[in-house]
Amino acid sequence: MDAATLQPLPLGNVPSARVRAATEDSPIARWSLITVSVGFTALFVLVPLAAIFAEALRKGWSVYLASFTDPHCLSAVKLTLLVTAIAVPLNLVFGLAASWAIAKFDFRGKSLLVTLIDLPFAVSPVVSGFIYMLVFGMQGWFGSWLAEHGIQVMFAVPGIVLATIFVTFPFVAREVIPLMQEQGSEEEQAAITLGASGWQTFFRITLPNVKWAVLYGVILSNARAMGEFGAVSVVSGHIRGRTNTLPLHVEVLYNEYNFVAAFAVASLLALLALVTLGLKTLVESKLHTH
Amino acid sequence: MTSIVRPRVLPGFSLTLGYAVLYLSLIVLVPLAALFIKAAGLGWSEFWQAATSPRVLASYRLTFGTALVAALINSVFGFIVAWTLVRYQFPGRKLFDAIVDLPFALPTAVSGIALTAVYSQNGWLGQYLEPLGVKVAFTPLGIIVAMTFIGLPFVVRTVQPALEDLERATEEAAASLGASRWQTITRVIAPSVVPALLTGFALSLARGIGEYGSVVFISGNMPMRTEITSLLIISKLEQYDYAGAAAVAVMMLLVSFAMLLLINLIQRYATRRYQGAV
Repeated sequence: MDAATLQPLPLGNVPSARVRAATEDSPIARWSLITVSVGFTALFVLVPLAAIFAEALRKGWSVYLASFTDPHCLSAVKLTLLVTAIAVPLNLVFGLAASWAIAKFDFRGKSLLVTLIDLPFAVSPVVSGFIYMLVFGMQGWFGSWLAEHGIQVMFAVPGIVLATIFVTFPFVAREVIPLMQEQGSEEEQAAITLGASGWQTFFRITLPNVKWAVLYGVILSNARAMGEFGAVSVVSGHIRGRTNTLPLHVEVLYNEYNFVAAFAVASLLALLALVTLGLKTLVESKLHTH
Repeated sequence: MTSIVRPRVLPGFSLTLGYAVLYLSLIVLVPLAALFIKAAGLGWSEFWQAATSPRVLASYRLTFGTALVAALINSVFGFIVAWTLVRYQFPGRKLFDAIVDLPFALPTAVSGIALTAVYSQNGWLGQYLEPLGVKVAFTPLGIIVAMTFIGLPFVVRTVQPALEDLERATEEAAASLGASRWQTITRVIAPSVVPALLTGFALSLARGIGEYGSVVFISGNMPMRTEITSLLIISKLEQYDYAGAAAVAVMMLLVSFAMLLLINLIQRYATRRYQGAV
């Protein structure tokens, strides 16, 4: 039947091999690229991660768990928590204050201020610790004055806190500033006009609007504060049981060839990193839906 | 003052700006100034001598060279990783996406001992590389491995948003005008991703130059051969040579600031070029 052969093919009869869109890569290209990228990441990222746990458990669970009962390890945990508990809230308050000033007002030098806030990220960790030695160390500006008054900053907890504040300085501010700028200030202006106080406006309107960005910044600062090594290493003095944070304790154990204990403590920090990644991914999805 | 600036409805400007500037000065600006003042106290010729002695020069060459190689490796593979994450659907993609950030989240000392364990003589990979004559741990190659590890997320996370922003319509137009897939990739996609890729490269390079924790364990730390600049500063500090350390630190800072400036210029160029085109 001639008429029937001239009919366009009904949709159901399209050959089963799917037609590839012009903007799609061939399956061979696609799967080889996926293999390369997953392979590269596995080799460079997952293999070292797995090695931490393998080395830590090399002599079994009981030896692994015994590493944590060491009093020096416990004091390192306590110091790390203390330093983080001081540094992160201080940077949080700074980040919120800076964001309010930058996002809600216009003033001269604003872009300079934004650049300066990011400055600590450009400074090498070792240099970040060193600059505090030049201010508070024995050869430093206030060194002799501090010594006379019996205040120790370097090779003591205050120095570690300062170095940690420096390396985590921009995290909250750089997350919150762009979001607050994007949101403008109409809602706040309305609240103030309707008679709310400045603090009420901040806590009931501004903060809820940027809470996921704040949380994101806090998660990143927290991870960096607990894990910082270079800057803290310069100012700590490595006094066991007194000025060793967890990463420094890892180094001490490793240099003593106490590998199982070193990797056991390292596995604790690796778990912290994995929790951080999980929370970060969760908060990112919240940030994007808002 | 108030006559120049338009009246403000919102309160708290002077409080928050004052606090932010004070805190920034105390934590960041004053200590950084102390570094420059210490280095300036040396005088020009002594500064130059301290900042360019043979051992210091060897550390610059090593640090910059290894960071450069690592940044190049990351640019290639970081681009491929970003491409796969943006364009393809495959099982475990979400998990893979999260894993890319691990080098950011893992404390550097932990990365350092983990990489050393993997690449040392009897490590998981080291034991197979050693018979082939490839020594990784305690050589410049080990430093490159550590810097590649630490720099990968920088490239992926700057290229990824740029790829996401690409309009499929542009590619469709190119394809319908007769461009092959390869032509579309090299002539349409690549030019609009280049600024992001350059930024990622520069960030990865800057991070490599300043890196300490993940490198010191795997590098071997032999003066003139495997001693990176950060470690050299520490060894100067241990010898109480604060002025010498300050001179080297100033050089490092100047390099980082130059990198920061470069990144800003690339981004400014990119926004001008591509926003103007839309």
